[in-house]
Amino acid sequence: MNEAALPVAIVNYIALSAVILFIGAAGVMLRRNPLIMLMSIELMWNAANLLFLAFARAWLNNAGHIFAFIVITVAAAEAAIGLAIVVVVFRSAQTVDVDEIASLRG
Amino acid sequence: MTVFWILGALLVASAVFVISQRKPVYSVVGLLVHFAVLAIFYVTLSAEFLAVIQIVIYSGAILILFVFVIALLSSGVAPFSVGPNRMPKAAVPASVVAFIALALVVYGILRTPLVTTGAHVAPTSVAGPAGAPNVFGSVADFGKALFTTHLLPFEITAFILMVAVIGVVALAGEETPFVPSARRARIVEREMREALLRGGEQ
Repeated sequence: MNEAALPVAIVNYIALSAVILFIGAAGVMLRRNPLIMLMSIELMWNAANLLFLAFARAWLNNAGHIFAFIVITVAAAEAAIGLAIVVVVFRSAQTVDVDEIASLRG
Repeated sequence: MTVFWILGALLVASAVFVISQRKPVYSVVGLLVHFAVLAIFYVTLSAEFLAVIQIVIYSGAILILFVFVIALLSSGVAPFSVGPNRMPKAAVPASVVAFIALALVVYGILRTPLVTTGAHVAPTSVAGPAGAPNVFGSVADFGKALFTTHLLPFEITAFILMVAVIGVVALAGEETPFVPSARRARIVEREMREALLRGGEQ
C-alpha cells in the first residue's frame, strides 16, 4: 500500500463533510432555540475541520492542521460570545425563542 | 474502509440527534458523541495532536460552557427546560428541497475525479514512530509548523481569544445589562443608602 494513500478516497470525506454541513444548516434554519442553533453552528465548524484534516492528509501538508487549530480557537471564542449574548438577552427578555426577540428587527 | 463508514454513520446519526432533540441537554449529549467520533476520525487521518485538542477544547471547554448556560437559564424559569419547540411552517418543504440539493451536491462531488497524490506530495512521511519529527501529523511536526511558518496566525489567535474574553465580560459581567450608566449609578446609590439605613436601625 502506498503510504501517502488515504484510508478511503477523498471524495468520501467531502461527501460526509457536506452531509454534516447540511445537517448543521438545517438545525440553524429549523430550530428556534438559540442554544441548539449555536450547537448546529458548531456542527458546521466541525464539518469544515474534518475536510481540512482530510485534505491535509491527502496532500501530506500540515498547513491544514494549522488552519483546523485556528478554526477550533475561533469556534471557542464564538461559542463563548454567543452564549454570553444568549444569557444577556434571556435576562432582559425572559424568553429564548429567537422569533420573539424581535426588538432589533428592522 | 469499513471503519470510515461505521464512523461516518455514527457522525451523521449524532448530528441528526443534536438538531432533532427537544431539550438542549440531550443535544449536548449528542454533540459529545459527535466530537468523540470526530476525534477518532482525526486519529485515522494521522492528526493525533488535533484529536487531543478536539477532545480537550470541544468536549472539555465548549460543551461544559453549553451545559453551564443550560443549567443557569433553566433554573427558576419553567418553560426553558423544554425550550421553543415550534417548527416554521415551511419546515417540511424546506427540508425536502435541502435534501434534494444535498443529494445533488454529494452526487456531483462523488463524480468529480480528484488527483490526491503525485506532484503535490510533500517530503514529510506518515511512516515512522509516533511523535518523531518529520512524521506527518506528529506533535513535533505540528509545533514546528505552528511556531515557524505559521507564527503570525498563531499570534492573531491570541488576540482573538483576548477580544472574546473582554467581549464576554463586557456583555455578561454586569448585573444590570442595558441600563444606562446614569440610571445604574442612581440604583447603586439608592441601594447603598438603604443598606446604610438598615445598618443604622440595628
